[in-house]
Amino acid sequence: MSNNLIVEREKGLLELERRIAELRSANATQPVDMSSEIAALEQKYRQILQEVFGSLTPWEKVHMARHPNRPTSLDYISRFDRFDELHGDRQYRDDPSIVGGLALLHGRPVMAIGQQRGRDTKENLRRNFGMPAPEGYRKVRRLAHLASRLGLPIVTLVDTKGADPGISSEEHAQSEAIAACLHEFTKARVPIVATVIGEGGSGGALALAIADHVIMLEHSTYSVASPEGCAAILWSDATKAEEAAARLKLTAQDLQRFGIIDEIVPEPLGGAHRDGSGIVTRVLTEVDAAIARLTARSPEELLEDRYRKYRRLGAWQTTQGEVVGQST
Amino acid sequence: MPMPEWLRIRRSKDSDNREAALWSKCPKCGEVLYRRDLLANAYVCMRCGHHFRMGAYDRISTIIDGDFTEVGAEVLGGDPLGWVDKKTYGAKLSGDREKSGLAEAVVCGFGQIGGFDVGLGVMDFHFRGGTMGTVVGERIALLLEEARRRRVPCIIFTASGGARMEEGMLALVQMAKTSAAVTRFTDDGNVLFTVLTDPTTGGVAASFAFQGDVIVAESKAVIGFAGRRVIEQTIRQRLPDQFQTAEFLLEKGAIDMVVERRALKETLVRLLEYTVGTRVQR
Repeated sequence: MSNNLIVEREKGLLELERRIAELRSANATQPVDMSSEIAALEQKYRQILQEVFGSLTPWEKVHMARHPNRPTSLDYISRFDRFDELHGDRQYRDDPSIVGGLALLHGRPVMAIGQQRGRDTKENLRRNFGMPAPEGYRKVRRLAHLASRLGLPIVTLVDTKGADPGISSEEHAQSEAIAACLHEFTKARVPIVATVIGEGGSGGALALAIADHVIMLEHSTYSVASPEGCAAILWSDATKAEEAAARLKLTAQDLQRFGIIDEIVPEPLGGAHRDGSGIVTRVLTEVDAAIARLTARSPEELLEDRYRKYRRLGAWQTTQGEVVGQST
Repeated sequence: MPMPEWLRIRRSKDSDNREAALWSKCPKCGEVLYRRDLLANAYVCMRCGHHFRMGAYDRISTIIDGDFTEVGAEVLGGDPLGWVDKKTYGAKLSGDREKSGLAEAVVCGFGQIGGFDVGLGVMDFHFRGGTMGTVVGERIALLLEEARRRRVPCIIFTASGGARMEEGMLALVQMAKTSAAVTRFTDDGNVLFTVLTDPTTGGVAASFAFQGDVIVAESKAVIGFAGRRVIEQTIRQRLPDQFQTAEFLLEKGAIDMVVERRALKETLVRLLEYTVGTRVQR
């Protein structure tokens, strides 16, 4: 049994799909007309799909964002016109949980950087489940700096539970590595477009997501901490993760309301993995359109707009009773 | 119980508390210390040298020469998520206000250190574990912007468990806000010193704390990104005591120096002497 809610719920649907396909092929070869049975089954299938996936709770979205078949950064990057991967932090190691390099997107040279998790255990071990070490963030910083120098727009793909919490990562100053990324992204003189394609976990996600335009997939999540982490921190009880997911306001819809993200790309009913190729096309089109709009701005204007955007985020008031911040 | 009796007991409990507040027990060596002596000793145990966590105003009084003018004190929090668990977020905040005597987890302002004009931000672990929500982010940004206008160095004392859960993503993006303010401040030729005190972790460590030009840490302070418990659960083994201490980070090359609290002001003055006169004039 999978520990992913969505995978469990899909099982019956996949079975129905299989039966419909069987009936269809039987129908083509046998004299008896079964098209009404097929139509009935298809009707039932659509009904269940709508019931199960029509409106997802925050906790279900957390599982959707972690679905093993959900398109990963490399699924997007491999659909750029061209990609030449650049490796390493020039100091210690190449971190496979970060994939980055020079790319052509719809003919335009860009720097593409993404967090990469694995599809199976073996690849997950190599990619550290998509949790970057300081070496990964130092690679991100290096590539962002290079992009800024060369005038290449930066395209990032966010998909991580969070930065790696391990002994080696602490020894190599994970805090400094993330802080340096944030610094670099606040000063890069080129358009930055970030897309949260799966899970956006904490500071380890934000390190790739200070951007002029932030996109989220409809069922991706972006959170101050993972629901499990939040429940452990506040209530010393990781099993209350579902409750934390509901309270944290981690859905794309909530975050658009807060002004933290700018755009939501809709997913097919049942999630992005039901039409991986379609969702990749859609996202890349939106990313390209955002870059096209942003390249009309001078570097100075970009930096000023980016500063103002992050400067006003939050919710606060002054003792004079004047509401200064972004209200909700 | 009749009301007057209840009141009497309550009052006597209060006076017990006031008596107790005169004394503090050192969590390290168990020595009972007279609170006034402890303050005079900058909250360092007279017996074993243990550094107590300091309140923001106590810290300011031990660092600043004389007057201190606050900035951003008018900025107060909201409850953007409408957070409720055992208590509402609003109730948690008012509880912390009462307990700590602070309006929020950071106090920012301007004053002099050794005769040098500086901007100073001091975080306080006693308020929501020093966590960074929108008020902390906003006040730090205001401090850096005002220091940039005045062209004076900035010193930030950090003490934080990370981003504040009850403000969700609005708390996390304060890492972006403060980073953007640091970038503007330092790119304009100004210097930022950060002093990492116990504990400095999570989103504060991974933003302005480690964006200082010179990073000082107080002796024995716990500093890191992930919390100790999280790491131990991930790797399923106990970590050595020394792990994530200031001394450990110094050895690993993550910080510039470890300083005992009683030498801190003198160290900061020395650093200011190097940098103030040599600032690039634009």
